Amino acid sequence: MAKESATSVSSEEKSAGAPKKARGQVYILQERCKGCGYCVEFCPLGVLVMSSRFNAKGYHYPEVAHAEKCSGCDLCGMYCPDFSIHGARRPTKE
Amino acid sequence: MTDVAETCVQENPVERYLRMDRIPHIWCPGCGIGTTVNCFARAIEQADVDLEKLAIVSGIGCTGRVAGYLNFDSFHTTHGRAIPFATGLKLANPDLKVVVYSGDGDLVAIGGNHFIHAARRNADLTVICVNNFNYAMTGGQAAPTTPLDAMGTTAPYGVCERPFNLPFLAKSCGAVYVARWTTYHVRQITKAMVEAMNKDGFSFVEIISPCPTLYERRNRLGSGLDRMKWFKENSVIKNGSDTRNIDIAYQQPIICGKFVDIDRPSLLEVTEAKIGDIRGKQRWADVSRRQKKSIEQTE
Repeated sequence: MAKESATSVSSEEKSAGAPKKARGQVYILQERCKGCGYCVEFCPLGVLVMSSRFNAKGYHYPEVAHAEKCSGCDLCGMYCPDFSIHGARRPTKE
Repeated sequence: MTDVAETCVQENPVERYLRMDRIPHIWCPGCGIGTTVNCFARAIEQADVDLEKLAIVSGIGCTGRVAGYLNFDSFHTTHGRAIPFATGLKLANPDLKVVVYSGDGDLVAIGGNHFIHAARRNADLTVICVNNFNYAMTGGQAAPTTPLDAMGTTAPYGVCERPFNLPFLAKSCGAVYVARWTTYHVRQITKAMVEAMNKDGFSFVEIISPCPTLYERRNRLGSGLDRMKWFKENSVIKNGSDTRNIDIAYQQPIICGKFVDIDRPSLLEVTEAKIGDIRGKQRWADVSRRQKKSIEQTE
């Protein structure tokens, strides 16, 4: 399932003229977030933005705005005081 | 861009070190203690620590709850007495790696005497002190670390007392490793924790943390994020700086870095040598044999 969706995303990317593949991936647990904004502020590549939506607790949570920029450095994961976000490097198969 | 189904696929690497039934934790939005726990989780992966023999000891306070959230052998002790409990734990079972993880109010106010004596003895402990400049859990009272002129619940006109300079206190009492970082410096905190845990003797890491609900609110310093940005702009890294000159003044630049990294016989080594002579080598020889065995196993 996940593989299929990933391939479909990449084909979309190609059609949009942005074939660059991201080196990393951000994983977000929206419901655990308390909206401190550390990840958005300190992401060195500006991958994240604060969502305008709320989670069940009433906090704004981060969203991925530029997935193609993510390097998987996991700095967001180190800053997050609520353990709700982390980054991981994608395996380089090519 | 990210697929919704894919969002929560991979488990957060910190979660395997946490008691997940207690998460979400009680710390406020923007509190820096969770950030230090992240750094600690990454540090124990890098340090030569046997997770089966790791013990976390905390006192009372916001940071005192760390022992309850980390999924190791942990010990939530009475107020200020984290270091005496930890010293006993280490002396009774020298195989353990004992980490004291507590706040400034617990370690250097109520437990100040224990702190200086553990440093003097060079007890084999790693002490991680999260300094948020006040007693946060009880409502923001002024602590011995609150900077001069800062507001607190018990100091409505500003604090009139000179605060402790914790690295200087630790160094002058004989600590073998002393470092200070802010929660902005996550990579440096992780490295400092690794170095402190790999060190024999009393190693001390001070981490300056935001307290948005109390310290920042009473002093009108903004949110936790504003405070982190302030740390980013106003921290000066001076490794090896003389600890006499690194006092924290209200809204003045914070000097960070590794200040002390020396070698001195630790309490356990001295005890082994002394008691071994008197009681016969038997008992302490057993201890050192066990230690050698554990070293061989890790190699």
